[in-house]
Amino acid sequence: MTAVLGDPDEALAGIADGSTVLISGFGMAGMPVRLIDALIRQGAADLTVVCNNAGNGDTGLAALLAAGRVRKVICSFPRQSDSWVFDGLYLAGKVELEVVPQGTLAERMRAAGAGIGAFYCPTGVGTPLADGKETRTIDGRDYVLEYPIKGDVALIGAHIGDRMGNLVYRKTARNFGPVMATAATLTIAQVRRVVETGELDPEAVVTPSIYVDRILDLSEAEAAP
Amino acid sequence: MIIAPDPAGRTTEHLGRGPLSRDELAAVVARDIPRGSFVNLGIGQPTMVADHLPADAGVVLHTENGMLGMGPAADGDEIDHDLVNAGKIPVTELPGASYFHHADSFAMMRGGHLDVCVLGAFQVSERGDLANWHTGAPGAIPAVGGAMDLATGAKDVFVMMTLFSKDGTPKLVPECTYPLTGLACVSRLYTDLAVFRITPDGVTVVETYGTTVRELASRLDVALRTLDDD
Repeated sequence: MTAVLGDPDEALAGIADGSTVLISGFGMAGMPVRLIDALIRQGAADLTVVCNNAGNGDTGLAALLAAGRVRKVICSFPRQSDSWVFDGLYLAGKVELEVVPQGTLAERMRAAGAGIGAFYCPTGVGTPLADGKETRTIDGRDYVLEYPIKGDVALIGAHIGDRMGNLVYRKTARNFGPVMATAATLTIAQVRRVVETGELDPEAVVTPSIYVDRILDLSEAEAAP
Repeated sequence: MIIAPDPAGRTTEHLGRGPLSRDELAAVVARDIPRGSFVNLGIGQPTMVADHLPADAGVVLHTENGMLGMGPAADGDEIDHDLVNAGKIPVTELPGASYFHHADSFAMMRGGHLDVCVLGAFQVSERGDLANWHTGAPGAIPAVGGAMDLATGAKDVFVMMTLFSKDGTPKLVPECTYPLTGLACVSRLYTDLAVFRITPDGVTVVETYGTTVRELASRLDVALRTLDDD
């Protein structure tokens, strides 16, 4: 049963130190900023964060990093024009980095959500990112063995949710949301508004309710004093 | 302006002119993208190729962050922060566009469904190895993004770069010295001075701009064939 909440702090209750946290978003599109702000207040530390980027500007993931809560970042593209918070921490040796090709990052989480034990992937063969990994030739092509990435928590930025927990996304803000929602023990989505059950077209639902544990209704959160 | 290849299929030396400008280079790449292709244009210089694709070419642009049918950069009221390209720049959608999540977007690449991707590079080897994601310099923060997935997955990988670095060092090399992005993946190399085809047999010069095959051969440590040799 999905809990629909208006209080960000209630939505983020109970996150343990040392958790692996999957955070959706590509740059700021689909980034669940209100959930990340609540995670900072909640106080969980020693986190491993899985996200495509390593934070932009000073808000969202960058603020979580600046608060010193992140032990390790797993991402495809940390270095951006506005990733100064991560850059500073990394160069000072204060955060670990695992760089994963973007499609492999998505597929490793897809595998976690789909119950796949590992998979052979052609991306990265012969490059430094395949160093130390098992490789295998299948039908004349070389592949690298990649393992799933499972989250303890996924924080998802979606567009609209219903009271059951079904989610729809908007344009390219969909990005990692649907995959991460499947790959974590506890999936928390922030949505711009919540509609009554039955109002979303079942043919248009992208993330089915089975994957969603808590929804933060931003329209209610913004309205709160 | 479109610079036509030789209709007889021979190597052409475009003399009496200088090297290609960045804009001309983008036009030459666009010229060689087959009609009706599904194409991914990498971040930076490759995005300029879109400006030279004729509207009636039926080319569908893919962006790694989950869209087919990407339109030009958004302007003014069109800007929607839910609709960005791989460089996080606001873009527009064209009729017939579709959205999908990241695992699908990269399955599309890895699964060999994309016809062409256009990427920038630090170095390309004579076997078509690509180095474009990391200088490997001390203190450089590695960031790969979708470069390896594109290099491995697209049916044809076109690279756009200058042929020589600012200090005159060739970027088409016998063996890449920068960390690799993919092995034997580049099929065509577009540079300011020449266009090359790369196959397991080696490097063939298709066209030169403001220089000759002979002069290029003297500046590169790579054996060059011409179309006339094939």
